[in-house]
Parts: sequence; C-alpha cells; structure tokens
Amino acid sequence: MDLNINGQIRSIDVEPNMPLLWALREVVGLTGTKYGCGIAQCGSCTVYMNGEPVRSCSIPVSSVGAAKITTIEALSKDNSHPIQKAWIALDVPQCGYCQSGQVMAAAALLKRIPKPTDADIDNAMSNVCRCGTYQKIRDGIHVASGQKKLADVLAQYDASLATRG
Amino acid sequence: MTIQNNLLENDSRRQFIVKGTLLGGGLMLGIGALPDLAYAQIDNKYDPNTPTKVGDSEVNAWVSILPDDTVFIRIARSEMGQGTRTGLAQLVTEELECNWKKVKTQSATPGQSLARKRVWGEHGTGGSRGIRISEDYVRRGAAAARIMLVQAAANQWNVPVSELKVDKGVITHIPSGRKTTYGKVAELASTLTPPDPKSITLKDPRTWKVAGQPYARIDTANKVNGTKVFGFDLLLPGMLCASVKSCPVFGGKLVSYDEAKVLKLRGVKGVVKINDNTVAVVADTWWRAKTALDILPIVWDEGKGANVSQADINKMMRDGLDEQGDFWQRKEGDAPATISGSAKKVEAIYFTPFQAHVTMEPMNATVKIIGDRAEAWVPTQNGEGSLAALSEATGFPLEKCEVYKLDAGCGLGRRGSTQDFVRYAAKVAQAYPGIPVKVIWSREEDLTHDFYHPIAMAKMTAGLDGAGNMTGMHIKVAGQSINATLAPHNIKDGKDIRQLQGLYEKGPDAQLGYTFPTLLTEYVMKNTLVPVGPWRGVNTNQNGIFMECFMDECAKAAGKDPVQFRQALMQSHPKHLGVLNAAAKKANWEKPLPPGVFRGVAQFMGYASYSACVAEVSIKNNIVKVNRLVFALNCGHVVNPYLTREQIEGSVAMALGAIFNPEITVENGRIKEQNFDSYPLLKLSSTPRIESVLVPTYDFWGGVGEPTICVVGPAVANAVSAAIGRPVRNFPLYKEGLTLA
Repeated sequence: MDLNINGQIRSIDVEPNMPLLWALREVVGLTGTKYGCGIAQCGSCTVYMNGEPVRSCSIPVSSVGAAKITTIEALSKDNSHPIQKAWIALDVPQCGYCQSGQVMAAAALLKRIPKPTDADIDNAMSNVCRCGTYQKIRDGIHVASGQKKLADVLAQYDASLATRG
Repeated sequence: MTIQNNLLENDSRRQFIVKGTLLGGGLMLGIGALPDLAYAQIDNKYDPNTPTKVGDSEVNAWVSILPDDTVFIRIARSEMGQGTRTGLAQLVTEELECNWKKVKTQSATPGQSLARKRVWGEHGTGGSRGIRISEDYVRRGAAAARIMLVQAAANQWNVPVSELKVDKGVITHIPSGRKTTYGKVAELASTLTPPDPKSITLKDPRTWKVAGQPYARIDTANKVNGTKVFGFDLLLPGMLCASVKSCPVFGGKLVSYDEAKVLKLRGVKGVVKINDNTVAVVADTWWRAKTALDILPIVWDEGKGANVSQADINKMMRDGLDEQGDFWQRKEGDAPATISGSAKKVEAIYFTPFQAHVTMEPMNATVKIIGDRAEAWVPTQNGEGSLAALSEATGFPLEKCEVYKLDAGCGLGRRGSTQDFVRYAAKVAQAYPGIPVKVIWSREEDLTHDFYHPIAMAKMTAGLDGAGNMTGMHIKVAGQSINATLAPHNIKDGKDIRQLQGLYEKGPDAQLGYTFPTLLTEYVMKNTLVPVGPWRGVNTNQNGIFMECFMDECAKAAGKDPVQFRQALMQSHPKHLGVLNAAAKKANWEKPLPPGVFRGVAQFMGYASYSACVAEVSIKNNIVKVNRLVFALNCGHVVNPYLTREQIEGSVAMALGAIFNPEITVENGRIKEQNFDSYPLLKLSSTPRIESVLVPTYDFWGGVGEPTICVVGPAVANAVSAAIGRPVRNFPLYKEGLTLA
C-alpha cells in the first residue's frame, strides 16, 4: 500500500492490521515516533494525520488511506519550530523518550490555539512523561507562544541567557 | 572499522557507522533482514560505537583533544535524563580550563575500561551517585590533563611553567605574549609523565566558573526532533527482533509451547526458550514478534504462587506489625516503657503499596554473538553490570564481551542491579549466531515483570508529656526486603538495615533528623513472591511517609505547629534543620493562607542530601488540588543548579503520582495492573507549581536525583490531613476516598 509520509509517497507491503506506529518505525525506518503503551494512553506515538494529532499505536495502517502523515522528523528541518526552539532553550527534555510525542502535541496545540491558557495546556497535553518534565513543558509552551519571555522564565530558575554556557 | 575495534562511543557525532558499512555492501543479506526501506533512514542514526582512536590525541583517560581544539571528555556514568553527563563535563571543563564551546563527550565502554584496569572506575549510576562518588577522581583526572598540557607548552617553548597561564584552552606565555592552544600541544602532552593525582590541589567549589553554573544540557538538541536513538530504536544490519513473555505467576514454570502455531506467520523466525519460565518469539520486526507471541499457545505450571492474592500479602504485612522485629536497629533508652508511662500516647498504622518503575522506554537490549565474542547495546544504569550479565549468560569470559551503553529512556532504578534484559537478549542471540537480536518487552510485560518498589507497613508509637513534649518514639516497619530479592549477602545475621533507610543514627547517607529522648526502631522482614528492587528514592519513600506523616500527628496531639514541633527536636541536626527552615521561609509558613488552602510540611534525608518540602493544597468534593510545592535542598555542592532543579521537578512526578493513584496489586499470583489504563501515571494537569531553593553548605557531596522524592508524599499528605481534619494513613490515597485533580 502507499502511504503519504512527510510529503513523500512510501510504498510498503505489510499486514493491514499493523499499527501505523510500527509501520513508521520498523518498515519505513522513522524511529522518532515512540512506543510507550500500545493502547493510546501515553501519547509517545503522536503523529499528525492531515494535520491533526493522533496516537499512531492504535491506528491500523489499512485505515490511513491517502491521509497525510507527519512525523516528528518533519516538524521542521532544523529544530526551528517555536516549540523545538523553546524546548532547547529551556532544556525541557530529561531522558527525551516521550518528547517526540510531547513536541508534536504542543505544536498541534499552538496551531489550534496560538496563545493557549494554562487550562488549554492542561486539556491538550495529556501525554505521559515519567521524568516529570511537565512544569518545563508548560513553561515551554508559554515561551513558544510568545506569552512569556524566555529570559523571565529562566530567571524563575535563577538562570539567564548569559549563564547557560 | 569493525565493531571490535571501536573503543569508545561518541555521544556527540550523529553519523551512523552503518552508513559506511552499507556502502561496502553485503550486510543486508542474511536471514531476517529488516525491510529495505528501514535502511533508507539508517544514515541519520546515532552510532553507539563511533570509534575513537585511543592514544594519538588522548592526554589521559579522561581527556582527548584533537588538533582543532575539540575536547572529548570521557564519561563512565550512564545518562537517562538526570543530567550527569552535563554535570561531569562541567566539572572536567572547570579543572581542565578548556573551552566549553569545544567540549564533546564520549561514553567509556565497560569492556574497554576493564582492559585498561578499570581506568574509568565504577560505571554504576544509581543511588544518586553519578557525580558525588566520582567527582574527586574525575576532577583530578582533568586537572592532571591541564598540568600536562601546560607542561607540554613550556617544554616546547623552553620556558618555566610558572610563566604560563591558560584560559579556555589557550595557553599564553605571559612575558612574551606568545600563545598556543590545547589542540596544538595535546600530542606532546600525551607523552609526558602524568602528575601524581594526590599532589593536585583541586579548585575550591566556591570559586568555580563553569561548574556550579546553570549551563544548558549538552545533549538536548536531538531529543526534540526524533533523531536521538534509544536502545528501543536501534537498527543494525540484519537485525532480528524478539518479544518476551515470562510466566505470569511469579515462581511458575514454562511447561510447553506450540511453535507450529506461529512459525508460518509472516516474518516469524522461531521461538526460543530463554529459561525455565520465559519464552521469546523472534521475527523480522518487533511488532510481528509481539503479535505472534500474543497468540503462541503456552502451557505454564503456575505453581503454588497462583494461590496468593493481595489480601494475603496485606495480612502478612499487618501480622508483621504484631511481631517483634528481627532486630533493634536503634535502641536508645526504653522507648516502649517511656511511651506507656507518658501523659499522652499517639499511635498510627500506615500502609504503602508495591509500585512499578514504568520507564517510558520499556526494557530492551540488543545482543550479537560473533564466534566466541558477545556484544550488547543496552540502555543500562550499570554498564559493568551489563557486561557481567552478558558474560554470565553467554558463558564467555568478560574480556570476550563488550557493552555499548545507550542513553536510557528513564532508569528509575530498574536498569541497574537486575540486568534481566541483558540476560534474556543474550540467550535469544545465542540461538542466532552472527545476527544482532533486539529483545524488547511489551509495556504489559514490563509492568508485570518488574522489580517493584517494596510493600511496607509501619506501626508508629510516640509519647508526649503534659506540655506536649515528645518523650519517646517507637518505629516498627514490616515489609519486603530489597536485599532478600537482589543482594542477600547484604543481610548480615538476619539484619537488613537497608529497609530502615532514613532512620539511621549516623550519616552520611540517610540520617534521621530528630533527637528523641528515647527511641526504638525495628524491622520485621516479610518477603512475598513479588520481586522487589530499588525504585527512585528506594526506602526513603515509605520511611519518609511513615516518619513525617506521624510527626504531624504528634504535633497535632501536642497542640503545636508542625514546623515548630519539628524544630524543637532538630537542634542537634543543623543541616536537617537548615532545609526545613529554608523551605518554611520560602513558603511563608508563618503567614496565613487564603480560606480553603491548607499546608503540609516534611523533611527527610537520603543519598547524603537534606530535603524539605512545603505543600499547599485545596480540596473540593474529595478532589485534591495540589497548588504549590516549595522545596529546599542541601546537596553540599551544586554542579548545575538548573539541572538540579529539574531533578526536583522530576521527583514530584513520581512521588505525587504514587501517593494518589496507582498501586501494583497481586491477584492469583500475578500482577493485576497491565498497562497505563489500570496503572495511570501523573499527568501535566495534576502537576503543581514547583519552586526550589538550593542551600548548599559546601562541605560534603550529596546526591540530587533521588533525595527530594521522599518529602513530596508526606508534605502533600500532611496538607491533605490538615484540610480534611483527620490523618491519612492508607496509601495510595484513593483508599482514603481522595482523588487528585
């Protein structure tokens, strides 16, 4: 079958019930999208289908059809998406395993609501992070959406652009 | 460029070695090659084995400098998000006086370390020891390299060392203004005799310029675009994948399985019996292996464990509280008699459950057997432990084994002392010699075959005199022993003091912060069929809850303020008192709160660091909203305050989640909770604002990753108790009718 992944048509020969996650990871070779639970609970496998965030672990590849799939690898070419920039500036990730999903979910939130409130963030960011990066994720969304200045957020942690090395 | 010749992993280069070998051709052959398209992406991947030539630019084991002034710093400890790589690199940069912008890191492999007489020391990264146990020899190694580099410049110019100065890797001859760089003198420096490490004077941490600063992590960029390769993501030429299943009932055995039912499924290569209770299906992709394993008919002999359920285990713990302890760990005066004779007696029984680690990246390891050699790619907290497990499982001597460490998607204690993932992968790989086999556990397998946080109960008894002063404290803990599961040799004469972590008379690791007029602490070992192990914070979690929730109950019985009541008992413990006061000050403990908001406090010690927390909560319809958590931490020296704060924030996620929602329970000898639907983890919406005050006293080295976790639970529970007007004692708190907002 043909899949439209990151703007390219990829022909793959797989079982129709193979979840999109595993087609992406093990057949197409895009391993940025992660497995966390396999039951659409944790959000580590978040990708976009026609621009909307979905949990690819629970979508059979046969149901994708002509939908445009976007994975973390194609969010930007050079870490230039505002979410990626904020994530790097604030060192949001700890281990990083869930962060592909977190970044995709946060970027989708900004697309839908350019200036999200804390309540918007609470509602949209249901992805699980075991390291506990939640506070920094909230900070990062505020910075990426231009609602807080990076310097002000860093100052809350007794840091500044000059002292980050 | 064979794998055998690769000595060190290069963390900073993103190129995949396979790119080169693929161009050489031939490696895509062999059974079970991954679908071809997978290789299209492979040149973007991280190579855990990018070679480093030891010798030509190596100043010493810790530092290698290229002619272009790139400085490679070798790191022996594992990285799993805690920031140890960045912290150690800062310490080395500080003593080396090199240019931070030119620093890259490499992971020392355990096999190479062994071949060089363990030149990089211990690899184990648990117990919050990554920096505090290695800082001295790492800093001396860096300082030695600096001395050799400056000496090399002096030799080259034929001038005395005293006329040279160095700044950010640039060496200047002060009288003439002549300059050179580390990169230009590194080769000569490597031929010089290293100075005696003991002769080196290290910098006073109060004068640090690089260490001690809130530097950005050196390994963040590839975590935001999917290019960081975890063990789970590893793609090697010709690789096969395996999914494993152990007998659902602990202690049960594998009787038989019907291989024929899955062998014809697409991609399936075979079924391997790993040991007498574990089986694996091997396929070209993991999804196919897992799907086949799900339908593989397996007959288990579940054994007598199948009769055990949670109520039996709970009763075992409760019965333990009515028994005398295995030993008296501390007996200061006659606490039971003193308490009995006191004006007021306070008593409470607490319960804390089993908990699972749930690293976001499930357990996995990749092993390749080549002739009489074994290689493993492992997300591990203990590279040398992985090496030993690989050797043991394959029967190959240590020198014929090598382990390439990959950064782990969480460690939390699960990837340290057990190494079951390495053993399983080794056994499967032995059935496919010459082929790398990646063995991955499904989330269900990961959650149901963990080494869980031990279950425990405590009976706490205290006496108060007529003025509300404490007369005695009696602490009896009944619970499962981690050492009994993982390290029986640490139990001396039946005494397992580890389960009383945080209640010890003396430091340096986990000293009780109170002086009671009389005190008795005892432990009743109650082991169950459930395997247990270290879980971030280990036994400080439950002991912190027991001690600090009970201190609030005592303060209330005494009619005293919880902070003042504690302070009176902490006068001989200035460091414990210091963090309590710092947290209370930051949280404005003295000031009244708005209506409907309640506070709780806790202090405890673990991993040689002192922690205190003040929680603010509000409750509506039995739904608890944690609004704010204020921490104070004294970890002695702070290598990176920004990342230290991130560890405090991280400790909240595990501890706050654990006290409200999830618990691991046993039903018919097996773990009932299978995935995140029945074992829900904390989410962003439940996370309070976290403020941290760092109050280092610069006279010891304490841990950072774990210390604060043990004060989260009791501080929040004490705030909840204040709000609802009765103590909470049964954890998780859904058992007290409470849920987290």
